Amino acid sequence: MLHRVSKHVARILIMALVGGLLGATLVRFAPGFDVDERELDIRLSDQSKAALRAELETQHSIPKFYAKYLGGLLTGDLGFSRTLNRPAVELIRERFPLTIREIGIGLAVGWIVGLTLAVPAASLKSWPVTLLTGAVTAALLSIPAAVLALMFVWLRWPASVAIGLLLTPKIFAYSRNLLVHGYELPHVLTARSKGAGEWHVFFWHVLPPAAPQLLALAGVTVSVAVGAAIPIEALCDQPGIGQLAWQAALARDLVLLVNLTLIVTLITVVANSFSDLLGESLKRRPA
Amino acid sequence: MKTARSISIALLVVVCAASLLANVFAPASYSAQFRDVPDSPPSKTHWLGTDALGRDRFSRVLYGTRVSLLLAPAAALISTLLAVVIGGVAGFLGGPWERIALWTTDMFLSLPWIFLLIAVRAVLPLNVSPEISIIITFSLLGILGWAPCARVLCTSSRELRDSDFVLQARASGLKTTRVLAMHIVPNLAPILLAQFWISIPVFILAEANLGVLGLGVAEPLPSWGSLLRELQGYGTFVDQPCQLAALVLLVIVVTCFQMVLPSKEFAS
Amino acid sequence: MRIVSNLRLAFILAFLTVAAMAQSGGELRFCIHAEPKTFNPLLVGDDPSETVRYLTGGVLLRINRVTQQIEPELAKSWKVSPDGRKITFKLRTGIYFSDGTPFSAADVAYTMQQLMDPNLHSPTGDQFRSDAGKVETTVLAPDRVAIMFPAPVAGLDRLFDQVAIMSATSQKKELAVLGPFYMADYKPGVYVLLKRNPNYWRHDAFGKQLPYLDAVRLYIQQNRDLEVMRFVRGEVDLINTLDAEYFEKLASQSAAAHDAGVGFDTEQIWFNQVPSAPLPAYKKAWFTSTNFRRAISQAINREDLARVVFRGHAHPAVGAISPANAFWFNSKLKVQPYDPDGALHALAQDGFRLDNGVLRDKAGNKVEFSVITNSGNKYRQLMATMMQQDLAKIGVRLNVVTLDFPSLIERISHSFNYESCLLGLVNDDLDPNAQMNVWLSSASDHQWNPEQKTPATAWEAELDNLMRAQASTTNPKKRKQYMDRVQEIVFEQNPFIYLVNKDGLSAISPSVQNASASVLRPQTYWNIDELWLQQAQVAKGRE
Repeated sequence: MLHRVSKHVARILIMALVGGLLGATLVRFAPGFDVDERELDIRLSDQSKAALRAELETQHSIPKFYAKYLGGLLTGDLGFSRTLNRPAVELIRERFPLTIREIGIGLAVGWIVGLTLAVPAASLKSWPVTLLTGAVTAALLSIPAAVLALMFVWLRWPASVAIGLLLTPKIFAYSRNLLVHGYELPHVLTARSKGAGEWHVFFWHVLPPAAPQLLALAGVTVSVAVGAAIPIEALCDQPGIGQLAWQAALARDLVLLVNLTLIVTLITVVANSFSDLLGESLKRRPA
Repeated sequence: MKTARSISIALLVVVCAASLLANVFAPASYSAQFRDVPDSPPSKTHWLGTDALGRDRFSRVLYGTRVSLLLAPAAALISTLLAVVIGGVAGFLGGPWERIALWTTDMFLSLPWIFLLIAVRAVLPLNVSPEISIIITFSLLGILGWAPCARVLCTSSRELRDSDFVLQARASGLKTTRVLAMHIVPNLAPILLAQFWISIPVFILAEANLGVLGLGVAEPLPSWGSLLRELQGYGTFVDQPCQLAALVLLVIVVTCFQMVLPSKEFAS
Repeated sequence: MRIVSNLRLAFILAFLTVAAMAQSGGELRFCIHAEPKTFNPLLVGDDPSETVRYLTGGVLLRINRVTQQIEPELAKSWKVSPDGRKITFKLRTGIYFSDGTPFSAADVAYTMQQLMDPNLHSPTGDQFRSDAGKVETTVLAPDRVAIMFPAPVAGLDRLFDQVAIMSATSQKKELAVLGPFYMADYKPGVYVLLKRNPNYWRHDAFGKQLPYLDAVRLYIQQNRDLEVMRFVRGEVDLINTLDAEYFEKLASQSAAAHDAGVGFDTEQIWFNQVPSAPLPAYKKAWFTSTNFRRAISQAINREDLARVVFRGHAHPAVGAISPANAFWFNSKLKVQPYDPDGALHALAQDGFRLDNGVLRDKAGNKVEFSVITNSGNKYRQLMATMMQQDLAKIGVRLNVVTLDFPSLIERISHSFNYESCLLGLVNDDLDPNAQMNVWLSSASDHQWNPEQKTPATAWEAELDNLMRAQASTTNPKKRKQYMDRVQEIVFEQNPFIYLVNKDGLSAISPSVQNASASVLRPQTYWNIDELWLQQAQVAKGRE
């Protein structure tokens, strides 16, 4: 077990570093990298604009930039955001707790609502239930995030619930189909014919075979939640990592984007590794 | 259930037919601007009112349906197929293939692909036709949308690999490709269908958001995504409920897809 | 009779005293649309930082946003030398910074020394740079200071409206201020809180120290739809720049919406005339043809743009200077009327012809080009779509491409990989000298063909001469003549095709007293120290 965990930890660290480098490369070669909005300020002299461009050129070489960044990382210096004019570590430290809280609540809401819709849809197999649950999740899939965000601000509901509602359709769709498939397995029919109650059938015969896939889905929903946090925070003006990521992307702030890519990679890989480990340990249990 | 499915199929056929025959049913061209009546309520000439530029909303919904209903399912198919190839096959093969697939998936989920999309826009000529632009957009969405599903497929595929019937199939000498085609992929259908169903509205909305980067549907061609963008304002649909037409239609179509897609009898 | 008149007088005095007492207290709330990038007043370049500077900074001279005239502030009086190179200030005395340090001419000298540091690259400082060479500041007395520039600076006194004086001696650096408020708290991503400066030098007519307000809270709110929502709910008191689509909604609900009339900002498109641009030669020929540009200008229906896109809260534009800029606007110039037939006639002179509804040039190439604009600006996208239809009537196919801002800047400033661009110009400064970097052919903001080594055309050479001439004289009549001619050339040659001047739209809650909307920034709180909140309305709004 310890060997497996340490393998996963090593993999997580390597992947985070590779993710940071790839993210930096994507940003560096995207158009608009070496420009600054201030170039359009007609008050600035040509010398000032030339100085702006010279400052941006220091980030042109990705290997040099990343080596310097990694060196700083070892001492806790995450670089300086040129667009927000503050050290990246301060910005992330201020905003991280809010986003983690939002993602946590969002995941909880997504799973509770998703499973609440999926379980009856799978077990009852009646067309009104299928229609109703389908229509609810179709509506959640179809409402633009901006409209959802505006509704939530108007209703004074927390943005984290909006994140949860964005996750719900995905969780519903996968879970429902997995559970329907589970209900069709021969051993479930046997259990039912032997008189097992519905909850017993669900928890002891339907859920266990679907558990590995549901755990994999749980891992995936973490990274989807992180992705959902970006537009929701940007639209609801919540000062979290998501809003920071959106601002950094629009401004091509390389330092912030590398840090945020690293964080997102870490969260994604940790979540997926955790679900993999849990899935493996469930498999190892005796039947 | 059969009746519900039939009704859903009928609705989808009606919607598709109406959009394909938009030239016949639309009272005006999707680009004609009736500038004397911008943001007008429903009337005899404009059944769903007009948008901010005085364009007939009903016509734009019809033509927009054509774009979104054709291309979003195609993009969903691309992402589903990629997920099967990368996640499903790798999970079945196991070993280093599975590890590579999982690493690739995790990396795909983490990287800021917005910059790749920006780079694609930079490479495309500015005068690319709206039709080509929209095809490229939905293709990109399909190519970038496979990762979440692939991870779940990988796990499922791994479980199936170790199942009795697959072991029996392999023991009886079936080639790997036939095992995949006849036993693995059909049993991955629940996840594939879920992926396909979710991707349609997600890609329709994503197309609208890609307009920020210069991709997506170019004016004046409408799409459901661009029509849904009308809703992004404070209280606009309260004043003009007809703006909800595209949203209502999308919900109906997505629900119909849900009813139509097979949901049982997956075991081979 | 005497008793009655005494009673009347006592009543009036009592009323005024009570009124004066009511004019105090409260926290004014409004939104800024991004994080302030700096709190150093000398480095301000973005709107949110400018807001903080305006509210906290004490300036020597202030432009009255309604009358557009310069008024004395920390300087009691001032004198600009006839050659425009020197300005001498006589300062008020007995004034202190917010931390208690005294204000004197030494602080002005310190501020100018910091501002004119060439390594600072300050937008405010760069406006004073008329030539290479040192700026000399001489302290003549504790209350007198003279600043000498290497070359004349056009509109010199007006520029001091943006120079917030910093303390040479305070330990608090830029946090020690002379303005009505000082920075009390900053929660990144949430708000900036400014509190009343207890040492503020201004008093009202009754001798009561200003400002009336206790505090100003600036919420950081990027989303303008949410800003309107919060205004309707009474969570904010002002909207400094209101979108046209929300104007009618707010106007119908309350008397909160204000249209201060035609503003100074312009919206325009221009064609790429850079010789090295990666465009086909035939397109470069189109874009560099005056007839072509004029024809496109004639084919655009500006009245419809103003009426439909801005709901009537905009006016067709004539040129670079808005009619709101009464002194500098060339009133002889009239709006280009919508004339598609005239456009086709102008195009025919260059060999263009209509072929089955498609316009072709003399070589047979279909006339088709793209216009790029920044995404996130709803009005520009709508304008571009309307122009698309207007140009379709003369057989021109216009492709609208919206890009994120950095990609757009990259195309128009670095790679020149674009055909035409639709953007706006924010004109905060009434003096047209502020547009020097736009009209000089060697400047980087000469958007259609920047950084020319020598002027590419005779008319651009003339523009260079005119702009330099107006910058080198202080005679307002002569400067006006030069600028009139600049506007004529721009009108004839259409390097920029001006579309509309937007109105100054804003929203002011009924609880905010003494506020009047202006078209000059800041539109609603330009007299922040005289604003006060009617407490009953405030209490009602916050229920």
